[in-house]
Amino acid sequence: MGSYVPSTIDERNDMLKAVGLDNIDQLFSSIPDEVKVKKLNLPLGQSELEVRRSMENIADKNVVFKKIFRGAGAYNHYIPAIVKSVTSKEDFLTAYTPYQAEISQGLLQAIFEYQTMICELTGMDVSNASVYDGATAAAESVAMVTDKKRNKIIVSSTIHMHVLKTIKTYCEGSGVEVIVAPEKDGVTDTEALKTLLDETVAGVYMQQPNFYGIIEDAENLSELTHAAGAKFIMGCNPISLAILKTPFECGADIAVGEGQPLGMPLSFGGPYLGFMACREALMRKLPGRIVGETVDLEGKKAFVLTLQAREQHIRREKASSNICSNQALCALTASVYLSAMGHDGLIDVANQCISKTRYLANELCKIEGIRLKYADKEFFNEFVTTCSIKPNELLQKLEQKGILGGYPIDDGILWCATEMNSKDQIDELVASVKEAVKR
Amino acid sequence: MSLIFDKSREGIGCSILSELDVEPVLFPEKLKRTKSLNLPQLAEVDISRHYTELSKKVHGVNDGFYPLGSCTMKYNPKINEEIAALAGFTKIHPLQPENTIQGCLEVLSKAEKYLCEITGMDNMSFQPAAGAHGEFAGLLIIKAYHKSKGDLKRTKIIVPDSAHGTNPASATMAGFEVVNIPSGDDGCVDIEKLEAAVGDDTAGFMLTNPNTVGLFEKNILKITEIVHNAGGLVYYDGANLNAIMGIARPGDMGFDVMHLNLHKTFSAPHGGGGPGSGPVGCKSFLSKFLPNPQVKEYSDKYEFSNSPDSIGMVKSFYGNFLVVVKALTYILTLGKEGIKQASENAVLNANYMKCELSKIYDMAFDDICMHEFVMTLENLKKEKGVSAMDVAKMLLDNGIHPPTMYFPMIVHEALMVEPTETESKATLDKAIEVFSDIYKKAMAASELLHEAPVKTPVRRLDEVLAARNPVLKSGDRHTD
Repeated sequence: MGSYVPSTIDERNDMLKAVGLDNIDQLFSSIPDEVKVKKLNLPLGQSELEVRRSMENIADKNVVFKKIFRGAGAYNHYIPAIVKSVTSKEDFLTAYTPYQAEISQGLLQAIFEYQTMICELTGMDVSNASVYDGATAAAESVAMVTDKKRNKIIVSSTIHMHVLKTIKTYCEGSGVEVIVAPEKDGVTDTEALKTLLDETVAGVYMQQPNFYGIIEDAENLSELTHAAGAKFIMGCNPISLAILKTPFECGADIAVGEGQPLGMPLSFGGPYLGFMACREALMRKLPGRIVGETVDLEGKKAFVLTLQAREQHIRREKASSNICSNQALCALTASVYLSAMGHDGLIDVANQCISKTRYLANELCKIEGIRLKYADKEFFNEFVTTCSIKPNELLQKLEQKGILGGYPIDDGILWCATEMNSKDQIDELVASVKEAVKR
Repeated sequence: MSLIFDKSREGIGCSILSELDVEPVLFPEKLKRTKSLNLPQLAEVDISRHYTELSKKVHGVNDGFYPLGSCTMKYNPKINEEIAALAGFTKIHPLQPENTIQGCLEVLSKAEKYLCEITGMDNMSFQPAAGAHGEFAGLLIIKAYHKSKGDLKRTKIIVPDSAHGTNPASATMAGFEVVNIPSGDDGCVDIEKLEAAVGDDTAGFMLTNPNTVGLFEKNILKITEIVHNAGGLVYYDGANLNAIMGIARPGDMGFDVMHLNLHKTFSAPHGGGGPGSGPVGCKSFLSKFLPNPQVKEYSDKYEFSNSPDSIGMVKSFYGNFLVVVKALTYILTLGKEGIKQASENAVLNANYMKCELSKIYDMAFDDICMHEFVMTLENLKKEKGVSAMDVAKMLLDNGIHPPTMYFPMIVHEALMVEPTETESKATLDKAIEVFSDIYKKAMAASELLHEAPVKTPVRRLDEVLAARNPVLKSGDRHTD
């Protein structure tokens, strides 16, 4: 059996004796017999070597695709070696939330730098220290803008389905009505949005690029939203922000998003990173931890968790959110990733995504029966095509060749390319698709 | 030390990506940002040294004793990290076809099975990313349950005044009205107050057991019965499970729904505040309300399934999966004997420390404690002006992370100590010595404690300045 108890049996007996007891069971005498466990049906403990074998066997039952053309909320990007090297440092890895600022300056500074980078990407004034993921960031942002008078939120139907579902779950809790604005030609239907907006709407949530990879006219949506007195919230892909107009420039009040592309492996969906940033006016409504700069009693510059009057451990039922643990190590991951890529590197990643995705789209559309579902739209690293055979049939054929193809949606496929897909790999995929649809 | 932005230099960077091998495509100018993008440009060596320097100013479990009450800062085994880093886990896309993710589904299914065995629940979802997130999901399950019975008047969640702050905050988020009930003089649930509080508007009652003063609620069966008789459900806050693994199960105590903190009890590291994992578990009559999707085990395969009655999704995909991998690795390592041994030693360590410290300090409650105990420095404060904060800050100078301060709120000048099972007697003895030393200093020269810490990278901070005049990113300036 494995054990991480470092005391010897003798030491344990000494401690028991010091407490004035004869045996361990006496420590649990306050627990009624009726609720004591009679038999625990778990396997016997194992040595480290045995555990490693068992877990490796389980991991081997998964298929690791080397050629990935699927995104849909989780993106295959290159992760520089320095990222894992930094985030594996035991001090960062094993620390708790930095309540004791005097011995947590390194972590607090790292989060402060993260907040700065998120503000740089989004153009916003204030960022928090992270939330669980992009979907919960979206749901928390809704709570920031709704109140008794304005108790509805409009969500574009072009956002990721998990984000929509998560927003709906959170709103079921808070009693906020969620209205889905329809789409037209792959983007939010502005005419329909206009008819939905009124003085009871607290905000509009849209995604940029949207679920189909398309760049929406965010500025127009923002203007419509603000004209109705509502707040405008954008869910963003952080890599795209290296190039695209910032949410601030688009007029957004809040910018949130899934930070996974910033150095986090696919990991079957988590841990990922929810980032949240807003304009200064909404600062005190922003949920979660926030690190601020201050001085110590000798006047030395230092960092500390701040604006805690918003938080659950102080305000309890009146808190702006219940969030306690966030994704600190993932925020650190994003910071190291952004430092390693730098300004130039991040723009390069974004440009490579755009270029390779366009190349993939062009090549795929040369195949008979495959065409862009939404023509004449700018897209970032994803796009939707039609498919002349059943999407799942095509995808299975690709799978047999070791390719994870796009994500099937309705009668089409949502494809994705990033800097990870070489031209050769794209050509191989296209040839495989051609062969598959021919038969 | 200077910010990474201040170390940035034009013309330097890491060489990471290959040359673009297809025709470059540029977005039209109207789509592009005009605001400059100020990300640091550094050589890899400078990035590495920057973060190494930062890491030296962080106190983790690896750096020393960390008796932070309610947070279960146990040692984080290294094998867990290596297993969670296997390509067979990290390189799996969450939307791969089910036949290619059988290993991931097996992890979720096995973890569910074992954790249900440990807790006495019937089903569990790993979608919640942290304890508070699990609470939120659990409360929505309670809401969905009453709604499914057409019982719409149950709008209140009862919470003891000793509860973790997340409990009332989560209840509010789930749309409930929070009813706080005062604890009894013994720190436990006041049965009469509970009886008076429940009614046909009670949706549920939230409790952690052992409670936040470190005592097992002896009347637990009575407590859950009272709530059930009133038609409410009972929620178990799993933050304190480390005391009772293999010894008693929330499911057998009458709890209906609960969450666990895999980053506490099941040894996954806290990462400086996350990522955690807060699976929500429940009895079978509530299973259909769990977040979607659920994993089902068949004789030859695992599959996802979706319940039409589910509360929906509380997060993308399936939760912080790699944290679940770490927890499963831990459970397989310890097994049925080790799991119980962990709790026994957590409780033994706490009682030993409490017993020794009670020779010097006042304890909030005298009984045998579970995995943690609460000291009260009320008298020290009155007599010498030395607060719980002062003692905590002096611990920093001694390489010990302080206990949780000023919690639970029902104890004045509280320090809540949770040593965990992964500390040796020698470590505890050393800490006891430090505590005792600090007490002597408090008696002889209390000003020393007000000064502390003096050996840390910075001294006590001006928190008022930080909050009154927030500087929350590089480039912001204090305005007064």
